[in-house]
Amino acid sequence: MLRRRRDVKRMQVYLPIAGISVNALLILGMGGLVGFMSGLFGVGGGFLITPLLIVTGISPAVAVATGANQVVASSASAVLAHWRRGNVDFKMGAVLLLGGLAGSGAGVALYTWLRAAGNLDTAVAIAYVLLLGTVGGMMLVESARTMLRRARPTARRKLHQHTWLHGLPLKARFPRSRLYISVLLPFAIGLGVGVLTAIMGVGGGFIMVPAMIYLLGMPTGVAMGTSLFQIIFVTANVTFLQSVGNQTVDVVLAALLLAGGVVGAQFGSRLAWRLRGEQLRGLLALIVLAVGLEISVDLVAKPSDLFSIAGAPGGE
Amino acid sequence: MTATVKRRALAVVATLALAGLALAPSARAQQVVADLSRHLVGITTGFVGTEVLLFGATEGEGDVIVVVRGPDRRETVRRKARVGGIWVNTDEVAFPAAPSFYAVAASGPVGEIVSPRILWRHRIGTENLELRPVRPLDASDLAAFRDGLLRNKVRQGLYHDKPGRVTFLGNRLFRANLYFPANVPTGTYTVEVLLARQGQIVSAQTTPLLISKIGIGAEVYRFAHENSVFYGIFAIVMALAAGWIAGVIFRKG
Repeated sequence: MLRRRRDVKRMQVYLPIAGISVNALLILGMGGLVGFMSGLFGVGGGFLITPLLIVTGISPAVAVATGANQVVASSASAVLAHWRRGNVDFKMGAVLLLGGLAGSGAGVALYTWLRAAGNLDTAVAIAYVLLLGTVGGMMLVESARTMLRRARPTARRKLHQHTWLHGLPLKARFPRSRLYISVLLPFAIGLGVGVLTAIMGVGGGFIMVPAMIYLLGMPTGVAMGTSLFQIIFVTANVTFLQSVGNQTVDVVLAALLLAGGVVGAQFGSRLAWRLRGEQLRGLLALIVLAVGLEISVDLVAKPSDLFSIAGAPGGE
Repeated sequence: MTATVKRRALAVVATLALAGLALAPSARAQQVVADLSRHLVGITTGFVGTEVLLFGATEGEGDVIVVVRGPDRRETVRRKARVGGIWVNTDEVAFPAAPSFYAVAASGPVGEIVSPRILWRHRIGTENLELRPVRPLDASDLAAFRDGLLRNKVRQGLYHDKPGRVTFLGNRLFRANLYFPANVPTGTYTVEVLLARQGQIVSAQTTPLLISKIGIGAEVYRFAHENSVFYGIFAIVMALAAGWIAGVIFRKG
């Protein structure tokens, strides 16, 4: 009891919901990093912020819910920057969002069913690894090919390949995305990502962006801007549901994160315009693969302690 | 009428006499008195953990052992095992009443002050905590889950596996610094001061200590729990406003 811990006493802030105190500068930095990624790739960054917060000792429940709140801010910041560049397809975003809302409803039901069946965490982690590995691998190969092709001057590539997907009914024009496709396609993508959002507690931008680029054939920049637009609504919904259902959103933590996040997002979206589409896709692919690798290591490596306590420390 | 009054008066006298008899020996046995520098630890926005001074006096020589316990709560411990090459939670055990905080301080090595039996009886030391699982377990599993719980609590800084120090000033006055980390759970704590002499606990005193959130932190906590719909809306509006403000500032810059 006498042994006083050597806490860094400066810049410590007590988080009322998380029930612990953290270094404010550290949290600002984390927010900045995730905001930067958000602006650069058009992803929310929920898949990054949650593990970062857990490492600092914040319970997973608070980390997931507060992470969503921070993503609202960094996406809003980044989407403004993209919007001024004309990189947001509002019509496409609305269709994706409708699918997303339907999907997250179905996802919650699936979540409850999986939880009752036991070992939800593992099922989610395996699904994650498979998905991230496939998406990341495909993107990496594609962007590498495009970069190589660019090195040698060849015939102009077609905007996108025509497949059976383009024969679906309910076709509509999406002028921003330069597409004339069935609304069922973006709706289905929104639906699938919505299911994932509910199960995994992430915005799903890192799956949404590749899907928009490769399945819909949207230009990389517009895919990113539109993804961000959509993520604002998804994460706002998550923030609200978590606040009401679990009281796990820590506004003090969120304020620190988003102060860093909104600034980072501006720098991120600025850098995004300097890079070419395939460079951005290649970088995003590398990050997606890295996250997939990290989760699979966690699954396979022996934990330092086989026993763990469930639930949050510091609560009532 | 008078009969009832008389009977009542008699009953009161008898009660007082009995109470006097009961109190007298315990008052004589009160050979240790102790108090805390404060009985309320307020968790404010700048809270980084705190120390509370415990001070007291003993009548005659002896050793002092201090046991600090946080409010009991249910803890669920999970065990991972390898299934088909990956590590998954395969088993879990709930302990319905585990102290949320536990620490011991003593004026000497506790094992030398009193016997292991007395340590067990007074729940001194993490190894002597009474932790009953909700369902019956065989001995080896119980030990494994128990140790797992203790290990995790020690790692969180909420259980102290090694006793702290109680220092004597002269041979009657003593003091100890009780440390509570930043992640200390809120609630009513008990600080038990035990006086040991010749291997026996001869006197004990228990003092409460309240740890609670105060100031802005407490307001935020109450807002989140009592008005969660508006709290959620507030959180979203704050996020949107911050994003919008950053967007406007950077356009000019």
